[in-house]
Order: sequence, then C-alpha cells, then structure tokens
Amino acid sequence: MTEPGLAVIGAGPAGLAATLAAAARGIRVTLIDSATEAGGQFYRQPAPGLGARRPQALHHQWRAWERLRDGLRAHVQAGTVRQVTDHHVWFVERRDTVGFAVHALTGPEQEQPAEIRATAVLLATGGYEKVLPFPGWTLPGVVTAGGAQAMLKGGLVLPGRTAVVAGTGPLLLPVATGLAAAGATVAALVDSADPKSFVRRSRALAGRPVKVAEGAQYAGQLLRHRVRTLLHHTVVAAHGAERLEAVTIAALDRDGRLRQDTRRRLVCDTLAVSHGMLPHTDLADALGCRVDGTDVYVDDEQRTDVPGVWAAGETTGIGGAALSLTEGHIAGRSIAARLAGRAPDPGEWAAAARTRAGLRAFFTAVDSVYVPPAHWAEQVTDGTVVCRCEEVSAGAVREAVRELGAGDLRTVKLLTRAGMGWCQGRVCGPGVAGVAGCAESAGRRPFARPVPLGVLARAGETEDQ
Amino acid sequence: MNPLELVRAEPGPAFTVTLDGREIEALPGQTVAAALWTAGVTSWRTTRGEGRPRGIFCGIGVCFDCLVTVNDRPNQRACLMPLQPGDAIRTQEGTGHDD
Ligand SMILES: Cc1cc2nc3c(=O)[nH]c(=O)nc-3n(C[C@H](O)[C@H](O)[C@H](O)COP(=O)(O)OP(=O)(O)OC[C@H]3O[C@@H](n4cnc5c(N)ncnc54)[C@H](O)[C@@H]3O)c2cc1C
Ligand code: FES
Repeated sequence: MTEPGLAVIGAGPAGLAATLAAAARGIRVTLIDSATEAGGQFYRQPAPGLGARRPQALHHQWRAWERLRDGLRAHVQAGTVRQVTDHHVWFVERRDTVGFAVHALTGPEQEQPAEIRATAVLLATGGYEKVLPFPGWTLPGVVTAGGAQAMLKGGLVLPGRTAVVAGTGPLLLPVATGLAAAGATVAALVDSADPKSFVRRSRALAGRPVKVAEGAQYAGQLLRHRVRTLLHHTVVAAHGAERLEAVTIAALDRDGRLRQDTRRRLVCDTLAVSHGMLPHTDLADALGCRVDGTDVYVDDEQRTDVPGVWAAGETTGIGGAALSLTEGHIAGRSIAARLAGRAPDPGEWAAAARTRAGLRAFFTAVDSVYVPPAHWAEQVTDGTVVCRCEEVSAGAVREAVRELGAGDLRTVKLLTRAGMGWCQGRVCGPGVAGVAGCAESAGRRPFARPVPLGVLARAGETEDQ
Repeated sequence: MNPLELVRAEPGPAFTVTLDGREIEALPGQTVAAALWTAGVTSWRTTRGEGRPRGIFCGIGVCFDCLVTVNDRPNQRACLMPLQPGDAIRTQEGTGHDD
C-alpha cells in the first residue's frame, strides 16, 4: 500500500488555506486541480507564457495571494505537498480499507485516467455562476460575469469594446471595474437589487467594516471609470443577429415587475451577466454527503457527515474568498488533528471561527439584498431557449407543465430533454425551474465531469483488488 | 489601455495557428478561446438543432457552449484548452462529426 494522506480537491482560496494548515502540521497533502495553476477563481493568474510583470493590477488582496503561493512553493519543495495540476476529478470513491480513491481525467483532451489514493478528502471545488434566461441570452457576446473576469485574468483578453454588466450580486462590482480598468467601455452596471433593501439590512452589512470599505473602494473605481450604475433595473432582452449588438434594460417597480415606460436600449458588444452563484456539489453528492438545499453540509470543524470527508469554501455555501480562506484554514487544522488520531481543540481556531460566523451572517444579509427580480420568469418569451445545450424553449417547458402535468424538474427534464445535454443541467437548472414554476432542486449527477466509457469501464479494476 | 498593457505583459514570442485554414496569431499560454477573442472572433460553432452561433459563455469549463474542433478532435472546450504552435482550429457545426 502507498502512503496516502489528505487529498485536497480544488486549489482556490479554500483548498490552498487547508493545504498549508494541514501540511504545516505534518500531514502529507496532494493538492489536485483541473487548472494549470493554483489560485482558483479569485486568485486566477495570467498564464505564465504571457509574462505579466504586474499581475496585481487585475487583483484585490495580492498580498494574501503571495503568502499562499510562497507557502505552497515551500511545501512542494520540501516534499510535504504534492501539487497535481490539469486533473479533472470526476468521482471520489470510498474504499473501506484504504480510505478513498480520487478518480481524475488528464491529458489535452481530458481522456486519460488517473487515480490518487487518500485517507482523507477535502472538497474545495468552489462554485459557478447562475444565469437566468432572457430573450437573446444565447447570442455570442453574452457571457457570464465571472467568465468575462476569468478570461481577462487568465488570458488577458476582452470579449469586445463596449460592455454592459448586469444581473445581481457582489461579483458585478469587480467585473465592471476590472473590464473598465483593462480598457473596455462599461456602458452601465445594471443590478436588480433594491436600494431600499440595503437600508433595511444596513445593520448586518455595517457589521463587517472591511467589507463595507471594499464596497466603497469599488464605488470609487466605478466613478473614476464613469460607469453608470443603475440599481433596481434589469436586462429585458439582448439583441443581435449573429452576435450581440444591444440590450434593452428597464427599471423595476416595487413588486419587481418591469416599468414599461422606462425601457431603453444600450448599444454594446458584450453583456456580462450573473444572477448569483451555485456551489459545486457533485463530488459530495456522489460520496453520499448530506447536501442542504444547494450547499454541502459541514459541522463546526468543516466535516461533512461522511467520515473522512471535509468540505470548505463555496462548496459549502457562497460567501466569497475571505470566508473560503477561513473555512479552509479550520478544515486543515481539523484534518491534521483527526488524522493524528486526536480530537482537535477548537480553542486553537477561535479567532477564525469568529470570522467565519461574521462572514456567514454578512453573506446571509447580502443574499437577501441581491435577489433576481421577483417576476423575471414573465419576461422569458415562449421562443426563448432556456436549456442551452439541448435548445429547449420556454414554450416547450411551459407546455410540459400545462398540457402534460409535469410538476417537478425531473419530469420536465424527461419530457423536454432540458438538462440532459453536455452541462447536465448545471446552467439551465434554475432557469428551467423558474419557468416551469417548480422548486429548484440540487441536481443529482453521477459524475462531476463527462467520462469516456472506456475509462469508466476500467475505473473499478485496481491493482490491489 | 488594453489588458496586456494593464499588467505590463511581456509575452513570449507569438506563434501561428489556423482557424478554418486562415492564419491567426496566438500568445504562449493563451487558450483557444483567448486567441480567438484576440482575433475578434466570438463565435466558433453552431448548435446541433437550430444551427445557432455560440462561443464562450461561462469561461470556466462548466457550460460546454464553447465546443470547437482542434486538430481534428471535435468537442474540445475552447475556454480550457491551451494552444500549441501550428494547431488547426476548425469551427464546429452541430456535433462536429461528419454525420
Ligand atoms: C468564473 C468566476 C470568477 C470569479 N471571479 C471573482 C473575482 O474576480 N472576485 C471575487 O471576489 N470573486 C470572484 N468569484 C467568486 C469566487 O468563487 C470566490 O470568491 C472564491 O474564489 C471561492 O473560493 P473557493 O476556494 O471556494 O473556490 P474556487 O476559487 O472556485 O476554487 C475551486 C477550484 O477547484 C477546482 N475544481 C473544481 N471542480 C474540480 C474538479 N471536479 N476537479 C478538479 N478541480 C476542480 C477549480 O479549478 C478551482 O481552481 C468568481 C467566481 C467564478 C465562478
Ligand atoms: S465557455 Fe463554458 S465550457 Fe467553455
């Protein structure tokens, strides 16, 4: 048998913090990520070949990144951490005798299998964006806000010259300022959040002065780049033949319906849009971990309810990079103690636990402010494609509900094929549920990545069986 | 200002790849999608059903909107795949298979 230790899946803020905390306490860590570099979404770096001499120009909190990066380097050099890049984990298998087998795909086409053994696993796979459908959202030039950010941070490219940033959520701020700083004209930042709900939540929000200062910093940058911010507004439609040419926006009334007289058209070649984020829960699901709503359940030590499996960062609920770092730190300490056969002393991480509690409360308040317009589904015309992969229209989904009696997402899927394509419903899930008027359920997917059948067939055959 | 100037990039030497036979330039480390965006191309496939144009949507490998044929292999995610000198990118129609 090999000498397995901890396998950390995901090298974002959560995975990095956990790796450093565990390795510093004598645990052997294998840090696995599908990307070529560590950093995750928040600390995404330009590809080394691009020779960025001031990558921090695209970043906030560069110091924190430098500390994580240097710490990782030192551990890799010392042999306490093995960093495994370009590995797409599709399944984590529980083995009674030797803990876990982490199954990944690697190679340029991601078709070569790889297996990593571990006695404990930390799921730190982060999240991805939620975008609700509207007419024109499939046009080239319409991208997710985070996607625009990822392409900018990683590839140093812009999708076009004139952008509208729209939807709702705190992510819109770094994206609008990032695009503007990199030379795009940002015609408007359109957020459906109601300024009145900021006031109602002001106590909870003011409880995190650092976060409020961060917001003020963004506000200053928006001013400097002359980005018009339209609160309580929404995108109604994107227009164009072969690619995006303009968007129509409108103000919302008190009930979250369009104020028809306020419609106006903005010329743009890019629409960066986001309605929030969703945690990656596939690996946890397949392991049998409890998932509450959309979030992987964890206890105070960041343990899931499956022995040997921890989770940290946005996998356990959306809350930004600082919360991910804190959760990773606690998870790493807990794992180090548990793998050494003792119960950890939570007193060791009391400060981190306070930060975690504060940030979770802050993001609960944030979540209640940044909500999509209450009646967004009414704007989705019957001809609008809601499932991008299988090209299922809103009309077809409505017909399945109205004529065929589909009452839940699964039945809608079986009747319309919505959610059966390449992305396995990750992108269309919330949109289809909203249009169908049924509950948004966490998708149950057997694997976190598409797996070639040959790899699947061989995955069970291992050397020690 | 452009993104390369913003971070004071000094990229390694550019190299050539082809898009449907036409030569385009790519920088070391760029993905298929980044090179295509630089060349002003934002869509490189049509959908299986309605033949509608698509390109990048999520930018991080989740949505599969950016599928493209690279060196005769269809259905590669352009947002994840780094380019090598001489790579032949082809826009992809439908499944990308000759069916
Ligand atoms: C596209 C995008 C861009 C964002 N940009 C910003 C930003 O600019 N500013 C900001 O404040 N917040 C941004 N966010 C929010 C961001 O998610 C968090 O603030 C933070 O990065 C979360 O940290 P994390 O460690 O939980 O996960 P992440 O940083 O998301 O890290 C997760 C890591 O896990 C890897 N991974 C996931 N699944 C697998 C798998 N199956 N196999 C192998 N590896 C896997 C990913 O490659 C990734 O590196 C962005 C989010 C997204 C989706
Ligand atoms: S853009 Fe979504 S997978 Fe490439």
